[in-house]
Amino acid sequence: MPHTDRQIEGKKGTGQAATPRRLVVLIAVGLAVLIGLPAMLPTLSHAAREFPALTGRVVDDADLLDPGQESTLTAKLKALEDETSDQLVVVTLPSLQGETIEDYGYQLGRHWGIGTKKLDNGVLLIVAPNERKVRIEVGYGLEGKLTDILSHLIVENSILPRFRNGDFPGGIQSGVDDITLALTGHGEELQQRAVPPQYADGDPDWILVLIWVVIIIYVIYVFRYGAPVGGGGGGRSSWGGSSGGSSGGGFSGGGGSFGGGGSSGSW
Amino acid sequence: MLAISQAPRRFVFRAAVIGLAATLLAGCGINTIPTLEEQAKGAWSQVENQYQRRADLVPNLVETVKGSAAHEREVLTDVVEARAKATQMQVPEDITTNPKAFQEFQEAQGELSSALGRLLVVVENYPDLKANQGFLALQSQLEGTENRIAVARRDYVEAVRAYNTELRTIPGRWWRAIMYPDSEPMQNFSAKPGSDEAPKVSF
Repeated sequence: MPHTDRQIEGKKGTGQAATPRRLVVLIAVGLAVLIGLPAMLPTLSHAAREFPALTGRVVDDADLLDPGQESTLTAKLKALEDETSDQLVVVTLPSLQGETIEDYGYQLGRHWGIGTKKLDNGVLLIVAPNERKVRIEVGYGLEGKLTDILSHLIVENSILPRFRNGDFPGGIQSGVDDITLALTGHGEELQQRAVPPQYADGDPDWILVLIWVVIIIYVIYVFRYGAPVGGGGGGRSSWGGSSGGSSGGGFSGGGGSFGGGGSSGSW
Repeated sequence: MLAISQAPRRFVFRAAVIGLAATLLAGCGINTIPTLEEQAKGAWSQVENQYQRRADLVPNLVETVKGSAAHEREVLTDVVEARAKATQMQVPEDITTNPKAFQEFQEAQGELSSALGRLLVVVENYPDLKANQGFLALQSQLEGTENRIAVARRDYVEAVRAYNTELRTIPGRWWRAIMYPDSEPMQNFSAKPGSDEAPKVSF
């Protein structure tokens, strides 16, 4: 005689009588779902933030460059990567979505995974014309070559003067050229080319200029020997890998990470 | 009364096994706790590195400022003393699980942050210092380091959050009870108004 399936209201069965199959399956699945599923959900750190797609080495979302300038820049950036394996990406943003450019910068770098995973050798040149901010964001692995001081000098002396004159393409191009110089080992040359900002009136005293140059070289010396080169430490979220369709000849990030090094400026 | 016959009993057993296996597989594995713990510890050492880097910048900064603003004795002394206190602090092995040590560390670094902030405000009054290439170089290094500290702290907070959550939720709780009874939840940075703020002075 077949035993009747009872209507099941709750999940609790009564011990004595025969447990209907359905109930057992429900409990098993329910347990797995209740316990297992939440643990599988990806950890949502901050509110969902929109990062632009990595469409190529130059992501010109704020439309500061014309196509000719874009392709020239892309060629230069590709040449840099071919020579040193360092990835330099230029990105212009219409909006920083309420964040500071420092906060936005390293997260964008990690999201795109610029630079190789092993060497963390990525650099981002970020321009946010509406917030009037620019930043050179340097990956962990390049903090020794493209030091904070060099980034600062590039921003102050090459990029900002041109931006203040409204010359965005010029500022971006000279920024890229200077960063390339620093990454290909010509940091010293960049240093010596540095023009001190004109605060004081009158002619610069040449001896004073010489003393400044000596101080700078000394600081670089201390920095190089004193500070640890980045690349250690865990706790980096591995958001690496390519993202977004790459219509720019198949360019994608290599999984590199960023730690907040670099320099910002505003005009 | 219907007796439970052989077939349904076997089925119950199988279903229970599948349910348990699904839970354990879908949830987290046996290695999750140590993995998350190591990640959090790694994140902590990065935080310590960056704080140390900042402390290393201070002597040069003080010397450079002294060159132009020697009579700002009080502020300079504050910075030097705060730095000494921060660097001389013995950081114990178990700092991430020791609330008292963690708190002391955070406070010492916070004092250095405020002393540096005051110094940078004072420097505003010295235009020749602001035009001094050496000082500007140090200032950009300091800014860079403060940014790195902020990033390192954020990474640490994330890593600790993941680790502590794992310890508190199922099945991490069970794994901990069975295999990792020594694993303690880790300390996190407390948001104290003002004391941890990075000095941000723009010229």
